Amino acid sequence: MLGFGILSGLLVLPLVGAAFILTLRGDSEAARSNARWAALATTIATFLLSLVAWARFDTATASFQLVESHVWLTETIRFKLGVDGFSMPLILLTTFLMPFCILASWESIGHRVKEYFVAFLVLETTMIGVFCALDLVLFYLFFEAGLIPMFLIIGIWGGKRRIYASFKFFLYTLLGSVLMLLAIMAMYWQAGTTDIPTLLAFKFGSSLQTWLWLAFFASFAVKMPMWPVHTWLPDAHVEAPTAGSVILAGVLLKMGGYGFIRVSLPMFPEASEYFAPLVFALSVIAIVYTSLVALMQEDIKKLIAYSSVAHMGFVTMGLFSMNEQGIQGAMFTMISHGLISGALFLCVGVIYDRMHTREIKAYGGLVNRMPMYAVVFLILTMANVALPGTSGFIGEFLTLMGAFRSNTWVAFFATTGVILSAAYALWLYRRVVYGELDKPALQTITDLNRREIITFAPLIVLIIYYGVQPGPILDVFAAPTETLLNNVQAALATVKTAAVAAH
Amino acid sequence: MNPALTIPAFGPVLPEILMAAGALIMVLFGAIRGERPGYAMNIIALALLAVTFVAVLMLPGERVETMGGSFVVDGFAKFMKALTLIASAGGVILSLDYMRREGISRFEYPILIVLSTIGMMMVISANDLIALYIGLELLSLSSYVIAAFDRDNVRSTEAGLKYFVLGSLSSGMLLYGSSLVYGFSGSISFPAIATILQGNVGIGAIVGLVFVAAGIAFKISAVPFHMWTPDVYEGSPTPVTAFFAAAPKMAGMAMATRVFIDAFPGILIQWQQIIVFISIASMALGSFAAIGQRNIKRLMAYSSIGNVGYALIGLAAGTAEGIQGVIVYMAIYLAMTLGTFAVILGMRRGNVMYETVDDLSGMARTHPVLAFCLGMMMFSLAGIPPLAGFFAKFAVFNAAIEADLVALAIIGVVTSVIGAYYYLRIVKVMYFDEPAERYDAMPAGVKFVLALCSIFVVLFGIVPAPLMAAARAAASSLF
Repeated sequence: MLGFGILSGLLVLPLVGAAFILTLRGDSEAARSNARWAALATTIATFLLSLVAWARFDTATASFQLVESHVWLTETIRFKLGVDGFSMPLILLTTFLMPFCILASWESIGHRVKEYFVAFLVLETTMIGVFCALDLVLFYLFFEAGLIPMFLIIGIWGGKRRIYASFKFFLYTLLGSVLMLLAIMAMYWQAGTTDIPTLLAFKFGSSLQTWLWLAFFASFAVKMPMWPVHTWLPDAHVEAPTAGSVILAGVLLKMGGYGFIRVSLPMFPEASEYFAPLVFALSVIAIVYTSLVALMQEDIKKLIAYSSVAHMGFVTMGLFSMNEQGIQGAMFTMISHGLISGALFLCVGVIYDRMHTREIKAYGGLVNRMPMYAVVFLILTMANVALPGTSGFIGEFLTLMGAFRSNTWVAFFATTGVILSAAYALWLYRRVVYGELDKPALQTITDLNRREIITFAPLIVLIIYYGVQPGPILDVFAAPTETLLNNVQAALATVKTAAVAAH
Repeated sequence: MNPALTIPAFGPVLPEILMAAGALIMVLFGAIRGERPGYAMNIIALALLAVTFVAVLMLPGERVETMGGSFVVDGFAKFMKALTLIASAGGVILSLDYMRREGISRFEYPILIVLSTIGMMMVISANDLIALYIGLELLSLSSYVIAAFDRDNVRSTEAGLKYFVLGSLSSGMLLYGSSLVYGFSGSISFPAIATILQGNVGIGAIVGLVFVAAGIAFKISAVPFHMWTPDVYEGSPTPVTAFFAAAPKMAGMAMATRVFIDAFPGILIQWQQIIVFISIASMALGSFAAIGQRNIKRLMAYSSIGNVGYALIGLAAGTAEGIQGVIVYMAIYLAMTLGTFAVILGMRRGNVMYETVDDLSGMARTHPVLAFCLGMMMFSLAGIPPLAGFFAKFAVFNAAIEADLVALAIIGVVTSVIGAYYYLRIVKVMYFDEPAERYDAMPAGVKFVLALCSIFVVLFGIVPAPLMAAARAAASSLF
């Protein structure tokens, strides 16, 4: 139909749901309930559609699939969509997490329900758009457009310091991104197109690569977020409503990593190699420093936010080790962290909904009244510290192995982060779940209800399944990783031969 | 036969002739009819603008000079005239209800708008310095009067007077600069000046160029000649402010483009520095000074200063790509500014207009549609995709990068992030704060303008190609 394919469908479907919710009249309980069900139906339908896309996806090839291309801004800046082994899993992660976000917001969002779900569905479109855009301008468009709904989600439904957090989130990310926009334009004038497959084959000059790499780095490092530009994340996480935190940790942070692997590494291989030590340094600092900071947090959400920064440090470290294990491990960590941190924030949401506080001190001894919750939280904590048998282990192990092959010292320091993460996560668990249940407010707290069990079950199953069976995901990454590394090696080899010849 | 006796071709001037004749008929009709309530005069003005709009669209696309070379029509002039006419029509529609309610619904208002619009069209098509000056004066004199249109209101008369005094000063500067340019090039015609002033020119012509630039900078309210803008915007009746923010800006940017690209292409290096400086200064001032504003009209004044700075980036590039950027920017800015003022005009309870930022408090709950529209305008002004404002900024920054003005582009994007702060503040007040009382229902005309502008701003990203292509064609007619 007019050449629009399944990926356009993934972009349009959430918008259709959002439009439907907008047509609901009034603010009665019935209207709210309709909005909830409509949002849930839309996200599930989108997830099913993404499964259809997945069924049509061929994991054996590294080329872009399900491609569609339409005239958009000009003849050369087109509305072009497509997926490969790097983007497809991230799209699935997005569509998979969305229904849980809707479920998590079922009762905790009490006011302006319709607007809330509209914002979430629009956000879903922009996130899917980032991962399937095959044109840099289109990529930028979705990358930035997501700021609008997220700004509103934090600002309207957030906690006490929501306004500060929403402004910080918006302006921080915007400042990082605008430099990327200029870099995209420079690439356009250099290569005559912003088509990603064409640019992947285009060779940029060495000095230009450096500047372009830095401009993209400014954007992706903030989004990732890497130390020292991570400070917006703890604020945004703490103030955002539960589902907002889930999507922030689960998907939005992955955009930075995805950007590195889609743009920085393959398009600027020389600059990537040149700057790899810088990225290693920042990653190791992020892993060690933010783990130490996490130890000292008094707010549960802030603690998990800092742990996210540390995990993202593993991702950047793996990506820039530029070998098979590193890159596949980084991609795996992104998927696994999406599931684990999402589930952890949902976990915090459960007790926050009951007690309306995230202070660690306000809890203790929950296991006495909430045995089921204690089990769920324990599994997720173990996954977060990368216990073998959970998906977290596979990712961290592979990235560390990749880093070890590339630079032993980096791997050495990063491994201390694994120990520290065990320290802060287990200590958090002890303070919240174990001990005497002596706080009067906690005496009547109830265990997980059916909706919450339904929310956690699939997440935990996947975390454990991918912990023992990582093959299915790693196979998807294999083909594009190989192509990426071959191209990068070839580009670096040409430069070296040229340098030798010049002598 | 003596060439001086040849009758010039009137075809290309038809839109201006139509407007002038229409304005005279309106004066007569208004004088005979006297002060009577009703919208008859406004409807005539709108019809006149619509007819002229059609006439403009039917002009030939290629470059035609007439009136002894003083008047030129090309793709660029067509496009900018069309934008100006839309802006003027917006100014008339937005004024309908306001003027009646404030008791200043006099028949002169639509006539003055029409006269001012003729001036703008003259300016856009001027091909020599004298025609430029005459068009500019017609535009300015009508503007001074409508700024003071609420003549019993101190703020309005003050605005008119300030505008007049500072405007005359800048007209004088422009005229003085013109005389220097004429003296050192020996011609007033743009093409002739362009052939004479090439490469290394004397200091006299440069001084003339600087004075001309100063005069133009005043008209488009670029820093450092922006001082009148906040006071005039705040003091004038709100529909007049909307008109000032839209129509003269279109004409002013067209004038700047015409003068610099048509008359001084040989000394691009000389004027490029001037434009780069005023562009940076405007963007910076527009971003920083707006942060502390409480009054929305004043805030929009600083916003318009900043936006002119962005549009000037395209001009500074001095390429077809850059002029395309200017055209796209102005077209999109037109929709954003008219839409924003439509919302400001909707903030009324009984006989009181509210115009501070805090009065928008909680609008998302009392007027969800209105708040959504203004919110989108604000995000668009901040340049956030997928809204139209992003494509405007994209067009000018893209041109700057092509022309190797990287530093200018970087300063531009950084100031746009700073500017985003105060646009976000408006969204914050509407969406995050507690609601105040409801406002009265919006008049139909204002609603109509707001609906059109919002649809354009929100949905532009889906099919941006037509405007981009049209702007490209218009820009290439200058080169």
